[in-house]
Amino acid sequence: MKSLKMKKEFKVIAELLPNNTRVLDVGCGDGSLMNFLREEKNIEVRGLELNQENVQLCIRKGLPVIQGNAETELHQFPDQSFDYVVLSQTLQAFYNPEEVLKNLLRIGKAVIVSIPNFGYWKVRMKLLFFGEMPVTKTLPNTWYNTPNLHMCTIKDLFKFCDEKNINIKQVVGVNEDKTSLIKKSNLEIKNLFSKLGIFLIG
Amino acid sequence: MPSLAGLFFWMNIKTEDINKIIVKKPLKLDCGKTINNFPLAYETYGKLNANKDNAILVFHALTGDQFVTGTNPITNKEGWWVTAVGPGKAIDTDKYFVICANVIGGCMGSLGPKNTNPENNQPYGLDFPVITIKDMVKAQESLLEHLGIKKLLCATGGSMGGMQLLQFCATFPDKAFSAIPIACSSSHSAQNIALNELARQAIMADPVWDNGKYVSKNVQPKNGLAVARMVGHISYLSEKGMQEKFGRKLQEKADYEFSFNADFQVESYLRHQGYAFVERFDANSILYITRAMDYFDLSKQYKGGLVEAFKNQNTKFLVISFSSDWLYTTKENKDIVIALNASGADVSYSEIVTDKGHDSFLLNEPEFLKTLKGFIDSMHEKFKNEKRI
Repeated sequence: MKSLKMKKEFKVIAELLPNNTRVLDVGCGDGSLMNFLREEKNIEVRGLELNQENVQLCIRKGLPVIQGNAETELHQFPDQSFDYVVLSQTLQAFYNPEEVLKNLLRIGKAVIVSIPNFGYWKVRMKLLFFGEMPVTKTLPNTWYNTPNLHMCTIKDLFKFCDEKNINIKQVVGVNEDKTSLIKKSNLEIKNLFSKLGIFLIG
Repeated sequence: MPSLAGLFFWMNIKTEDINKIIVKKPLKLDCGKTINNFPLAYETYGKLNANKDNAILVFHALTGDQFVTGTNPITNKEGWWVTAVGPGKAIDTDKYFVICANVIGGCMGSLGPKNTNPENNQPYGLDFPVITIKDMVKAQESLLEHLGIKKLLCATGGSMGGMQLLQFCATFPDKAFSAIPIACSSSHSAQNIALNELARQAIMADPVWDNGKYVSKNVQPKNGLAVARMVGHISYLSEKGMQEKFGRKLQEKADYEFSFNADFQVESYLRHQGYAFVERFDANSILYITRAMDYFDLSKQYKGGLVEAFKNQNTKFLVISFSSDWLYTTKENKDIVIALNASGADVSYSEIVTDKGHDSFLLNEPEFLKTLKGFIDSMHEKFKNEKRI
């Protein structure tokens, strides 16, 4: 039942994670992903969350959560102390996403990063035909109040990993309820039709 | 100024009315001396259930005692943590069995410097052995044994209570299912040692103190002790909180008196706090307990430092700090979290945003109390399940 209530993105992430592992959820929100992983997959979860209210919600659920800022406080986690580190849709909001990513790869043996895809066709259309910064369901803010400082496309993150010699294990594109595997061969088309990209790297 | 009756009040505390156990097991203190057959005073609230899965141990702070909530029978004032502990409160005594012991070195019934030294039948005074946080904690473990509690649902404490808790978890790693250290530190900072030294020097500078021998004369170095307390009270507030509470407001007068009386409200507040304190607390106890705090450095006890201290912890931790606490800062509390993380322990952390400084943990601070309650209730569910399995 719980899995039905969870958003598609979390279902994909949960499927990527093997049972009985140790997972750090960076920016864990109200802990819904952590709760699912703990209950359904016997995963030992830890969360990092900035928002006080969310921290309280996690604590009330008995989920271990540390109140803190991922941009500045990832140093507290030792090298390779988790099997997986999850970062859901926040990479683009950091001042220094490269540094954050480097830290995630240091902490986890593998990392799952999801990004709202700026290459999605509706986003491109908005900019091309209307000449306005796109506002969509996955990118709900306007240019002046968006937390997103470093928007990128699925293709951009692909390229980034290649350049930095980061091993890409699997990439999943998400569009509403549909998911598809993204490979180099179908990258152009998936970059156009995926709202979200979920990368398993490391 | 305290009345004469008040002054004698603390001397004549009817300690026979206080719950206590006599700890028979010899306790070898860190200083090398051994104590045995010593009294340990305690109080409990609520009922221990049949499964014994609802016991919560509270460690008190520097000037606290075992009377956590309700009315303190000795001072007739409210218990020091009445905001958090009691029926329907965050630590709900309708549901949980709350235990608190007076620390050794204290003056509310446990062995302390005003007790009689069996060697010369005089009050100990400065002949009392210097005790440490570890000694305090070891003494309290005997109480759990006495009460037949193998594993606590939770142990908690703020300030020096938090320091005792960290020591307790390190020394007895299997005794608590969960732990909530609040506004504390794993080693006393230079600033905190300095403030404690200020308090001690104030007491020692009072001629009545007389090298700690005042007890046999039935007097108390009240001026020195009051100043010591004032130092404490300044450190428990924040700059902003103090400004908002007192500002430059005058104490029941229209203008300056051009004297050294308490013109300002803040002066009046400090004097009141200082002189109310001398009626309930022994000056030598302040010396001994502040010393124990200063000597506290958990990382020093373990070769691998703090991370090693928390090795093999199955206890689930929730560390809480307050944003405006400059006595036990967020950074110091975070260092505990970092060490717990590095040792692989299950740890949560929350920083409560407030202007109320170190004192916040004793006040009605809704976000804090909600967090406390949420954690304890969720831990109770887990503990029950674990016990069932």
